[in-house]
Amino acid sequence: MAEATATPSMPAPTFGAALMRAIRSFALLRESWVGMIGAGLVFFWIAVALLAPLLAPFDPNATLMPFQKPGALFPGNETVAAGTFWLGTDQLGRDILSRIIWGSQTVLIYAPLATLSAYTVGILMGLAAGYYRGWMDDLLSRVADIILSFPVLVLYIIIIATIGASGVVIIVAITFASAPGIMRIVRGLVLDLRNRDYVAAAQTRGESAWRIMLVEILPNARGPLIVDACLRLGYVIITIGVLGFLGLGLPPPNPDWGGMINFSRSMALAFPHMVLYSCVAISSLILGFNLLADGLREVSLRD
Amino acid sequence: MQFDENAPVLEIKDLNLSYWTRAGEIPAVIDFSLTIDKGESIGLVGESGCGKSTVAMAIMQYMGGNGTIKSGSIKFKGVELNTLAPDELRRLRGAEISMIYQEPFAALNPSLTLGTQLKEVPIIHEGITDREAHDRAVKVLGDVRLPDPERVMAAYPHQISGGQQQRVVIAMGLLSNPSLLLLDEPTTALDVTVEAGITKLIADIAKQYGTSQVYISHNLGLILEVCDRVFVMYSGEVVEEGTIKSLFTWPKHPYTHGLFGCIPLPTADKNAAPLKPIRGQLPLPHERPTGCNFGPRCDFFADGRCNSRDIAMTQVTGSAADHRVRCERWTELDFAAEISHDEQKPPISIGDTVLEVDGMQKYYEVHDRSIAAIIAGQSVKLVKANEALDFDAREGETVAIVGESGCGKSTFAKVLMGLETATDGEVRYGGTNIGEVPVRERTPKQIGSLQMVFQNPSDTLNPSHTIGGQIGRVIKKFGVESDKVKIRERVLELLDLVKLPRDFYIRRPRQLSGGQKQRVGIARAFAGNPAMVIADEPVSALDVSVAAAVTELLTDIQREHKTTLLFISHDLSVVRYLADRIVVMYLGQIMERGTTDEIFDPPYHPYTEALLSAVPIADPEVTKREIVLEGNLPSVMNPPKGCPFTTRCQHKIGIICDEERPAVQMASNGHAIACHIPLDELRQAEPVIAVPKAEERVHVTQ
Amino acid sequence: MLIFIAKRLGFMIITMLVVSMLLFVLLEINVDGVATKVLGPYSSQESREIWLQENGYRDPLAVRYGRWLGNAAVGDFGDSVRFKVPVGDVMWPRLWNTAILGFWTFAIMIPLSLILGILAGMKEGSKLDRAISVTGIATTSVPEFASAVFLSAIFVFWLKWLPGTSSMSDGFSFKQLLLPIMVLVLYDFGYVARMTRASMAEVMTTHYIRTAVLKGLPYRQVILKHALRNALIAPFTVIMLQVNWLLSGVIVVEFFFAYKGFGALLLEASLNQDIFMIEACAMVAVFVAVGTQTIADVGYTYLNPRIRFS
Repeated sequence: MAEATATPSMPAPTFGAALMRAIRSFALLRESWVGMIGAGLVFFWIAVALLAPLLAPFDPNATLMPFQKPGALFPGNETVAAGTFWLGTDQLGRDILSRIIWGSQTVLIYAPLATLSAYTVGILMGLAAGYYRGWMDDLLSRVADIILSFPVLVLYIIIIATIGASGVVIIVAITFASAPGIMRIVRGLVLDLRNRDYVAAAQTRGESAWRIMLVEILPNARGPLIVDACLRLGYVIITIGVLGFLGLGLPPPNPDWGGMINFSRSMALAFPHMVLYSCVAISSLILGFNLLADGLREVSLRD
Repeated sequence: MQFDENAPVLEIKDLNLSYWTRAGEIPAVIDFSLTIDKGESIGLVGESGCGKSTVAMAIMQYMGGNGTIKSGSIKFKGVELNTLAPDELRRLRGAEISMIYQEPFAALNPSLTLGTQLKEVPIIHEGITDREAHDRAVKVLGDVRLPDPERVMAAYPHQISGGQQQRVVIAMGLLSNPSLLLLDEPTTALDVTVEAGITKLIADIAKQYGTSQVYISHNLGLILEVCDRVFVMYSGEVVEEGTIKSLFTWPKHPYTHGLFGCIPLPTADKNAAPLKPIRGQLPLPHERPTGCNFGPRCDFFADGRCNSRDIAMTQVTGSAADHRVRCERWTELDFAAEISHDEQKPPISIGDTVLEVDGMQKYYEVHDRSIAAIIAGQSVKLVKANEALDFDAREGETVAIVGESGCGKSTFAKVLMGLETATDGEVRYGGTNIGEVPVRERTPKQIGSLQMVFQNPSDTLNPSHTIGGQIGRVIKKFGVESDKVKIRERVLELLDLVKLPRDFYIRRPRQLSGGQKQRVGIARAFAGNPAMVIADEPVSALDVSVAAAVTELLTDIQREHKTTLLFISHDLSVVRYLADRIVVMYLGQIMERGTTDEIFDPPYHPYTEALLSAVPIADPEVTKREIVLEGNLPSVMNPPKGCPFTTRCQHKIGIICDEERPAVQMASNGHAIACHIPLDELRQAEPVIAVPKAEERVHVTQ
Repeated sequence: MLIFIAKRLGFMIITMLVVSMLLFVLLEINVDGVATKVLGPYSSQESREIWLQENGYRDPLAVRYGRWLGNAAVGDFGDSVRFKVPVGDVMWPRLWNTAILGFWTFAIMIPLSLILGILAGMKEGSKLDRAISVTGIATTSVPEFASAVFLSAIFVFWLKWLPGTSSMSDGFSFKQLLLPIMVLVLYDFGYVARMTRASMAEVMTTHYIRTAVLKGLPYRQVILKHALRNALIAPFTVIMLQVNWLLSGVIVVEFFFAYKGFGALLLEASLNQDIFMIEACAMVAVFVAVGTQTIADVGYTYLNPRIRFS
């Protein structure tokens, strides 16, 4: 145990260090090819959403030429060159490619927002329930049980049908429906972690309860929570898709993948391109998150 | 598969075991050879990472997906195990070779009755009927001294206690009359008095059934009680082997000798003959040095000789029995001559009283919500975790609180630290009654002056924060320093105090070993210059040599700062070494208290007597009286009305023990015993542990 | 044990009461809105007022709730605004249809996912395990409306084996059930299989399985007698909760294939503001959900000896 005489370098400022650690943990993902594929898909769609104004060839709501077949199948006529509509147009003449590109923005704005909101509420509730226990735990758990006993979609339908659909309502509805599930997970993790000696050490120092919850306990729960967040993002995207499909989604003009599919459903026999590409788009994004979650779980287990 | 009944039961030659990891091949066991004859018990002893458990798994041919037997042979009764087909191997397991595990509850299937799990063994191996299997199981359960075997057969694992579970596991291993028993730390997870019973059982069973045994442990005292021969392992190799008498009296290898120096034997004394920790650290498996693995840590290391080539086992000449050692220089070493007395340390001067516990009581309320209880009006039960605690501690003193699980020592620590408040009585510390002041209401100074060192090194630090950050936070919280630069200085000073390199400041706990983490825990406890530190089993989870180093560190710091140390433990050897005074607790009450000498000599409280008898001592010339407790620990919710020890007491005198709380008798000023038996009778007991004087010894080890 | 069941049943009733209260408040607090929905947007203020008076809507909220609750308890949910018949007449047959769909879905999905999950968990990390896991992930990534599109494309348009809608207008035809069942099974089996796999994999790493192997038991017995008993406890609860999921999942499928089931009914009722129908459907949905949760809880307690006997 030789004593080092040189003074150690000052610990890097917290944010920079945290960022470096986050990047390094992403690099760990390299060990799971499943996770890499997932990450690839997710980043692809994020890029598409960010660059939508540059990528989309047409205005997504402009009615151009109805019933056009995709890309190479388009023979061309006097006004429009051959192969213009890479993915074809729907029965109103809107370019499907542009609608998919702009639709990705819709999904990738609302889904993370809703998930983040659900997580904030769920984490706070879970921390309080797991740490304080007693009547607070009983109350929060009962409330969570009641909300969770509702079939999810039924809940959404009733809320949205009564209040009306809008971006905010959808986010609130998703928060309301997802927070209890997150609360349960966080509560379980907290119940386990609060028995550790380092928590007792913090308590015997006289630290405040919320400091212990947020600084001592929560950082050690981040593994399972990150995995769950990816999975939940997937569920939320499905939910937004389903709501759009059922006609309860975001009102037009936002192009919404679920809505697109429902809209052109009747045409599918003769014009499969109208629904097929949107299906592939939404499935690939959800697949990306699911694979990413699986990869993260694998990597965290190997630690 | 033809067994040769004349061959040794187990014959291992030149065994090499390796694990395959992402980092490549890691040798786990090197050049291992061993022979066991019928009825023999051999011990495999060593610290973590020495490979002893790996050997057991290799014998069972169950090394997992990434372990391999690289080379060497393992012969069971003449049959080479490596070459057996899976089906033949299956017929061996459980029938000829059985294994007993470390954690009995984890080893039993929680969803099947014990009877089912027991009967399977002979039914599968011998094809007997269910009825016959049932009868045989009941008989074996009787052999392992389980009361009421029929009830146990119908029970599930969680319905019986830990000691009983282990007996069931042992019974399961014996049901088909195996020739070889492998026992992997079978008592580590059990309480001391329960451990003594199981250890004795194992020793007796071997004789009764004629089985050979391989007994794996890190505890030399246990090996002494159970085995005939012992193999000492270090970092994958056997460094010394011999009979118990030979090896324990004349250890030849520096590591073996060093190990004995780390154990608090009755002859050790924290001031006159302190423990001698082995310096350095265990080498990582892929960084083993050339030549002798122990070389870098050896006081007798000779450059050029000890690190040039692999060293083989050589016979120790002049020894009566088979005693071999793996050392280049063993002929030149004379450990007796190396004893130097300048390792003696000055005793700590004891000051004034700092802590007074006066009739402290802590009851918990438990709500029983079953209908039956509500009807009977008994829905609120009291758990009497601490009852009528009375003792005090002075400046610079080490007071040990001794007891097994359920005795209430953790509850007491919680009350002291302010995590709980006392239900009655007073706890006076620094003038104030802190028993009724929860930690949220204490001043930072008060908090900083009374801190705790925790038991589990892996849990004691927050894995997400840096070492420096965690210690710094404590300094800031106690108001010792507030300026960032000063705080950092103080953290570095504390790291120096616990002899850790300064660049641990930026490391995270997962980069540290168990011993290093525990040192950080100590640094954290001393951050606020505490007047009193509670140490809750601080070294029980550490290896022997690491534990010795941490124990010495703690006493050194205590010496320097004149801190009062409240040492909670179940290990009476360590307690005898460290403590000035001892408090013995059982089921929430104090059974006996006094100075160390007073506790270890008669008069004894019957519980103290049993505890003393249960402590394994690694000194072959020390004799112990054997006292084995029968009966069960009563439930804390339903303690006996009278003396709590009445259900198991070996000297129970009658109804009075069940009905009346014993009065406290003072054997001398400061030595209190709570028992109905009159003091004069207690004084007449023989000492439990008899330590021969230095002149009477065959060989002076210290 | 009995006390536990009684407690759970009690909780179930409380949950339903609370939910029904919330629902009632949400939907009927605005009495004018109710009148508008029932009589139509073109009705006059007067006629609405008369209707409100006649039907007791000017009474205090609590009274109205009590009345509604009393009626609901005997199965009288009022008249459907859209269909102009008592709610029950429309709802119960639809519920039965969904039950049929659910039954066949589970009959196929449960054995499939359990077997796949156990096989995957038995040999964690093997190729079979990887294949099953990735398949499971992939199928749960495709939302039901998307898989409905894909499967229709294959079986209806390309192979022309199955009909595109399932309206059962000519009486019951199993062929029309196939596509909805396929969509549901495809989506759900992945989740249940992965839960089973996780449970099995965890059991296989326990010490008591090691004990069973080192006792010399044949591998078959280790799996069937020792492992499954513990590994199947968690999947049991998961499957029970899938009934809850089914009520949601079935909505999309029934909508897509025009199957006259309970889910489609709820959706229509919501879109058409058929208040009494919504209330009734929601109560039934909650009843089923809470009922299955209770069965799951009780079942878990029964199957786990540590809880059952202590």
